[in-house]
Amino acid sequence: MSATVQIVATRNEAWSLWLRQIGAIFRLELKKNFFGRRSLLIYLLALLPLFPLSVLALFTPPGREWQDFNNYSMIYAVFYGGLILRTIVFFGCAWIFMNLFRGDLIDRSLHYYFLSPVRREVLVTGKYLSGLVTSVLLFTATTVAAMLLLYFPHFYSESVRFFLHGAGLDHLLTYAGITILACFGYGAFFLVVGLFFRNPIIPALVLYGWEWLNFLLPPLLKKISVIHYLNSLAPIPVSEGPFAVVAEPTPAWIAIPSLLLVTILVLVLSSHRIRRMEIHYGGE
Amino acid sequence: MSESSTNLIILNNVSKFYGEILGVNRVNLTIAPGITSLVGPNGAGKSTLMNLMTGLLRPTSGQISLLGIQTDQPEELFRKVGYCTQFDSFPRGLTGREFIRSFLLVHGFTRNQADQLTESALERVNLLEAAERKVAAYSKGMRQRIRLAQALAHEPSVLILDEPLNGLDPMVRAETIALFRKLAAAGLHLIISSHILHEVDMMSDCVVLLNNGYVVAEGHIHGVRDEMQAHPMQILVRCDKPSKLAAYVFDQNHVVEARLHDDRHGLFVKTRDADRFYLLLNRIVAEGEIEIESVAPVDDDLSAVYQYLIESGSNS
Repeated sequence: MSATVQIVATRNEAWSLWLRQIGAIFRLELKKNFFGRRSLLIYLLALLPLFPLSVLALFTPPGREWQDFNNYSMIYAVFYGGLILRTIVFFGCAWIFMNLFRGDLIDRSLHYYFLSPVRREVLVTGKYLSGLVTSVLLFTATTVAAMLLLYFPHFYSESVRFFLHGAGLDHLLTYAGITILACFGYGAFFLVVGLFFRNPIIPALVLYGWEWLNFLLPPLLKKISVIHYLNSLAPIPVSEGPFAVVAEPTPAWIAIPSLLLVTILVLVLSSHRIRRMEIHYGGE
Repeated sequence: MSESSTNLIILNNVSKFYGEILGVNRVNLTIAPGITSLVGPNGAGKSTLMNLMTGLLRPTSGQISLLGIQTDQPEELFRKVGYCTQFDSFPRGLTGREFIRSFLLVHGFTRNQADQLTESALERVNLLEAAERKVAAYSKGMRQRIRLAQALAHEPSVLILDEPLNGLDPMVRAETIALFRKLAAAGLHLIISSHILHEVDMMSDCVVLLNNGYVVAEGHIHGVRDEMQAHPMQILVRCDKPSKLAAYVFDQNHVVEARLHDDRHGLFVKTRDADRFYLLLNRIVAEGEIEIESVAPVDDDLSAVYQYLIESGSNS
């Protein structure tokens, strides 16, 4: 049989082919991420921070700090850093990105990609982008919704002024930006973990512990973490307690490119790994 | 690279070990266009060899090239090669049409090209009517056919098919074999694995016999065919009225034995002429008196044939 349609694969047109392939992989994966049976957990995780805030919206706590609008920036900073960033975004990214390859191995469907004329780098890029868009959409929405849900029910008119004329919008965009960067960094890490480890839960928990203990680490070791760079970007610094080892925050112009650079390096490592990968469903 | 090697599939001293466990050992093959069947009992190394040919596995030693392309170059290899694996699994949530089309888009075809090729592939395997149903709701035979459609949708020059007739009813089986013959006549390489010698006999130009990871014989189909005729083939028919079916088949002179399955929902039939038996089944299905769920050759009785062929292959 002779192919009725020839795909032109000259050097000049290779980029156009790769972009088409990335688009096709991206769309297939996005559908799985949003509508697959594994997506339910992600929706629950993304909605989780909104439950306590919804309760707080109905019943304002009696403490004095809740009566003063000026405290709300700090309350959100603590809520965001402790729950949304370190837990929701972290485990959400773990679930989404580790399943990009590991999920296909468990479902025994990864071979369909491996039997397509696709460069492995293209496959990694398409899958990573789908995970990125999924996590960014869900967790940025959580970040924004959580902030609005905290401010508006208690101090409506002050909140309107804060977001339209004060620092509110800046804070909102900065937190959303931190969430997006976290999705880049954690996403790349968990993608590679899903490729190297048959049981990726253990390395995920090790990283979780490392990120939580970051405040105890000496300044040099702090820099070998994602959370350090993300905390450096926060608009409201949060005290990490009396035992914290204080280190200078990394300036944004270093923190953002560093995170993106590490992300690219990790993706290159993933591509190298996937080029050498064999399909052994029996062992999964 | 010589001109002839671009039209051949060449395995040069290929071995694959899983740790200390042997997959295949020192396989040397040169495969020309036409239908070549890999035959051997379960665990002989057929699927391993196919996975090696398509780069899903990497050889521990040796080289493999398909039409002059090495197996570690998927972006070139799979423009010319289609592989229907034995993995009965699919990406979740897709309809038959979406499944074929999605992976044509992954190949890099434009939307229009993908649409045309999808329809053509679905038509070839006779699944156009079921194309809008979710693959998860397909019967085993339909899943087998949709995987076949996916493997041939991009119109490859080499088709590698791992047990492609498993789960197909007799009529579809005959249609599928006819499709293979047509593709081979058009100059394709078809490499088909089977542990059912009867199927191999019906469609192959060449046969490669594998046992315990070694190629023990290879050559033209005639030698295998002669040996097969001396051995009746056993077939398990799952149906709602096995006793009634037994009454039907006892009248046939090619049927050697018919025995009810222990669960009384199936009938084991030994026949010297599987073709005629399948024709009989088609007639029974058409009459509508017996509802047949599945028909599957049972390979236990073939061990004697394998043994003979393997021994004669070793001796030669």
